[in-house]
Amino acid sequence: MSVVLAWWTVLAVVAGAVFFLAGTVGLLRFPDSLTRLHALTKADNLGLGLVVLGLLPMVDSVSAGLKLICIWLLVLLSGATAGQLIARTVRRDGSPS
Amino acid sequence: MAEFLLAAAAFILAMVALGLVRVLRGPADADRMMAAQLLGTGGIAAVLLLGAATGERAAVDVALTLALLAAFAAFAFVKARSAPAHGAARTDDAP
Repeated sequence: MSVVLAWWTVLAVVAGAVFFLAGTVGLLRFPDSLTRLHALTKADNLGLGLVVLGLLPMVDSVSAGLKLICIWLLVLLSGATAGQLIARTVRRDGSPS
Repeated sequence: MAEFLLAAAAFILAMVALGLVRVLRGPADADRMMAAQLLGTGGIAAVLLLGAATGERAAVDVALTLALLAAFAAFAFVKARSAPAHGAARTDDAP
Protein backbone atom coordinates (compact mmCIF):
# COMPACT_ATOMS: atom_id res chain seq x y z
CA MET A 1 0.00 0.00 0.00
CA SER A 2 2.74 2.45 0.90
CA VAL A 3 4.54 1.58 -2.33
CA VAL A 4 1.42 2.45 -4.29
CA LEU A 5 1.12 5.76 -2.42
CA ALA A 6 4.80 6.53 -3.05
CA TRP A 7 4.34 5.91 -6.76
CA TRP A 8 1.24 8.10 -6.72
CA THR A 9 3.29 10.91 -5.16
CA VAL A 10 6.04 10.53 -7.78
CA LEU A 11 3.56 10.40 -10.65
CA ALA A 12 1.50 13.41 -9.57
CA VAL A 13 4.50 15.59 -8.68
CA VAL A 14 6.16 14.82 -12.01
CA ALA A 15 2.94 15.66 -13.85
CA GLY A 16 2.70 18.93 -11.91
CA ALA A 17 6.29 19.79 -12.80
CA VAL A 18 5.50 19.12 -16.46
CA PHE A 19 2.66 21.63 -16.26
CA PHE A 20 5.04 24.23 -14.81
CA LEU A 21 7.42 23.49 -17.70
CA ALA A 22 4.54 23.94 -20.15
CA GLY A 23 3.50 27.17 -18.47
CA THR A 24 7.01 28.60 -18.75
CA VAL A 25 7.42 27.54 -22.36
CA GLY A 26 4.02 29.01 -23.20
CA LEU A 27 4.79 32.25 -21.39
CA LEU A 28 8.02 32.62 -23.35
CA ARG A 29 6.96 31.38 -26.77
CA PHE A 30 3.30 32.27 -27.32
CA PRO A 31 2.74 35.24 -29.63
CA ASP A 32 0.41 37.56 -27.72
CA SER A 33 -0.75 38.43 -24.23
CA LEU A 34 -4.01 36.50 -24.21
CA THR A 35 -2.42 33.22 -25.31
CA ARG A 36 0.29 33.74 -22.70
CA LEU A 37 -2.45 34.19 -20.10
CA HIS A 38 -3.94 30.89 -21.25
CA ALA A 39 -0.62 29.10 -20.69
CA LEU A 40 -0.16 30.77 -17.31
CA THR A 41 -3.53 29.73 -15.90
CA LYS A 42 -2.91 26.10 -16.85
CA ALA A 43 0.32 26.13 -14.87
CA ASP A 44 -1.43 27.86 -11.96
CA ASN A 45 -4.39 25.54 -11.63
CA LEU A 46 -3.18 22.15 -12.80
CA GLY A 47 0.51 22.35 -11.90
CA LEU A 48 -0.08 23.34 -8.30
CA GLY A 49 -3.13 21.08 -8.10
CA LEU A 50 -1.17 18.00 -9.14
CA VAL A 51 1.66 18.84 -6.73
CA VAL A 52 -0.88 19.18 -3.90
CA LEU A 53 -2.57 15.90 -4.88
CA GLY A 54 0.81 14.20 -4.92
CA LEU A 55 1.71 15.50 -1.47
CA LEU A 56 -1.61 14.52 0.12
CA PRO A 57 -0.57 10.88 0.93
CA MET A 58 2.45 12.21 2.85
CA VAL A 59 0.61 14.36 5.39
CA ASP A 60 0.35 13.05 8.94
CA SER A 61 -3.01 14.47 9.97
CA VAL A 62 -6.37 15.30 8.42
CA SER A 63 -6.07 18.99 9.24
CA ALA A 64 -2.72 19.25 7.43
CA GLY A 65 -4.30 17.68 4.35
CA LEU A 66 -7.24 20.07 4.53
CA LYS A 67 -4.79 22.96 4.74
CA LEU A 68 -3.06 21.81 1.55
CA ILE A 69 -6.41 21.60 -0.23
CA CYS A 70 -7.35 25.05 1.08
CA ILE A 71 -4.15 26.49 -0.43
CA TRP A 72 -5.07 24.95 -3.77
CA LEU A 73 -8.62 26.30 -3.58
CA LEU A 74 -7.31 29.78 -2.74
CA VAL A 75 -4.96 29.68 -5.72
CA LEU A 76 -7.78 28.42 -7.97
CA LEU A 77 -10.07 31.24 -6.87
CA SER A 78 -7.48 34.01 -7.11
CA GLY A 79 -6.07 32.64 -10.36
CA ALA A 80 -9.47 32.54 -12.03
CA THR A 81 -10.34 36.05 -10.86
CA ALA A 82 -6.96 37.56 -11.68
CA GLY A 83 -7.01 35.88 -15.10
CA GLN A 84 -10.29 37.59 -15.99
CA LEU A 85 -9.08 40.96 -14.66
CA ILE A 86 -5.72 40.82 -16.47
CA ALA A 87 -7.46 39.80 -19.70
CA ARG A 88 -9.75 42.82 -19.37
CA THR A 89 -6.75 45.07 -18.83
CA VAL A 90 -5.07 43.63 -21.93
CA ARG A 91 -8.17 44.14 -24.02
CA ARG A 92 -8.71 47.71 -22.89
CA ASP A 93 -5.09 48.66 -23.57
CA GLY A 94 -5.67 48.02 -27.26
CA SER A 95 -4.53 45.25 -29.54
CA PRO A 96 -2.34 42.81 -27.63
CA SER A 97 1.13 42.55 -29.07
CA MET B 1 11.61 10.15 -1.41
CA ALA B 2 13.08 13.31 0.12
CA GLU B 3 15.67 13.57 -2.65
CA PHE B 4 12.98 13.25 -5.28
CA LEU B 5 10.87 15.98 -3.67
CA LEU B 6 13.88 18.29 -3.40
CA ALA B 7 14.74 17.68 -7.05
CA ALA B 8 11.16 18.43 -8.07
CA ALA B 9 11.23 21.68 -6.05
CA ALA B 10 14.51 22.69 -7.71
CA PHE B 11 13.11 21.89 -11.16
CA ILE B 12 9.97 23.96 -10.59
CA LEU B 13 12.01 26.88 -9.26
CA ALA B 14 14.30 26.70 -12.30
CA MET B 15 11.30 26.71 -14.65
CA VAL B 16 9.74 29.69 -12.90
CA ALA B 17 13.05 31.57 -12.90
CA LEU B 18 13.28 30.94 -16.65
CA GLY B 19 9.80 32.42 -17.00
CA LEU B 20 11.12 35.67 -15.51
CA VAL B 21 12.76 36.36 -18.89
CA ARG B 22 9.29 37.57 -19.83
CA VAL B 23 9.66 40.37 -17.26
CA LEU B 24 12.63 41.68 -19.26
CA ARG B 25 11.09 41.24 -22.70
CA GLY B 26 7.63 42.58 -21.90
CA PRO B 27 6.25 44.11 -24.06
CA ALA B 28 3.11 44.98 -22.11
CA ASP B 29 2.91 45.45 -18.36
CA ALA B 30 0.36 42.62 -18.25
CA ASP B 31 2.98 40.20 -19.58
CA ARG B 32 5.34 41.18 -16.77
CA MET B 33 2.56 40.70 -14.26
CA MET B 34 1.87 37.22 -15.65
CA ALA B 35 5.50 36.21 -15.10
CA ALA B 36 5.24 37.48 -11.52
CA GLN B 37 2.09 35.40 -11.05
CA LEU B 38 3.83 32.30 -12.34
CA LEU B 39 6.62 33.04 -9.85
CA GLY B 40 4.03 33.18 -7.08
CA THR B 41 2.41 29.86 -7.96
CA GLY B 42 5.73 28.13 -8.59
CA GLY B 43 7.02 29.47 -5.29
CA ILE B 44 4.00 27.97 -3.50
CA ALA B 45 4.62 24.59 -5.13
CA ALA B 46 8.34 24.68 -4.32
CA VAL B 47 7.73 25.64 -0.68
CA LEU B 48 5.17 22.82 -0.30
CA LEU B 49 7.61 20.30 -1.78
CA LEU B 50 10.43 21.55 0.46
CA GLY B 51 8.16 21.29 3.50
CA ALA B 52 7.22 17.71 2.62
CA ALA B 53 10.87 16.77 1.99
CA THR B 54 12.23 18.19 5.23
CA GLY B 55 9.22 17.57 7.47
CA GLU B 56 8.95 21.26 8.25
CA ARG B 57 5.29 21.86 9.06
CA ALA B 58 5.53 25.66 9.07
CA ALA B 59 6.20 25.54 5.31
CA VAL B 60 2.47 25.11 4.70
CA ASP B 61 1.80 28.41 6.48
CA VAL B 62 4.48 30.08 4.36
CA ALA B 63 2.80 28.73 1.22
CA LEU B 64 -0.58 30.00 2.40
CA THR B 65 0.85 33.50 2.95
CA LEU B 66 2.51 33.41 -0.46
CA ALA B 67 -0.80 32.47 -2.11
CA LEU B 68 -2.52 35.42 -0.43
CA LEU B 69 0.25 37.85 -1.41
CA ALA B 70 0.24 36.66 -5.04
CA ALA B 71 -3.52 37.28 -5.21
CA PHE B 72 -3.14 40.77 -3.73
CA ALA B 73 -0.31 41.58 -6.17
CA ALA B 74 -2.48 40.73 -9.18
CA PHE B 75 -5.44 42.72 -7.88
CA ALA B 76 -3.23 45.72 -7.03
CA PHE B 77 -1.84 45.64 -10.59
CA VAL B 78 -5.31 45.65 -12.15
CA LYS B 79 -6.49 48.36 -9.78
CA ALA B 80 -3.50 50.56 -10.58
CA ARG B 81 -3.97 50.08 -14.33
CA SER B 82 -7.68 50.83 -14.26
CA ALA B 83 -7.35 53.99 -12.14
CA PRO B 84 -7.69 57.25 -14.10
CA ALA B 85 -4.43 59.02 -14.79
CA HIS B 86 -5.10 62.41 -13.19
CA GLY B 87 -6.68 61.43 -9.92
CA ALA B 88 -10.25 61.99 -11.03
CA ALA B 89 -13.04 59.94 -9.54
CA ARG B 90 -12.94 56.36 -10.74
CA THR B 91 -15.65 55.43 -13.21
CA ASP B 92 -16.53 51.93 -14.19
CA ASP B 93 -15.96 51.24 -17.86
CA ALA B 94 -19.02 50.63 -19.93
CA PRO B 95 -19.39 47.07 -21.23
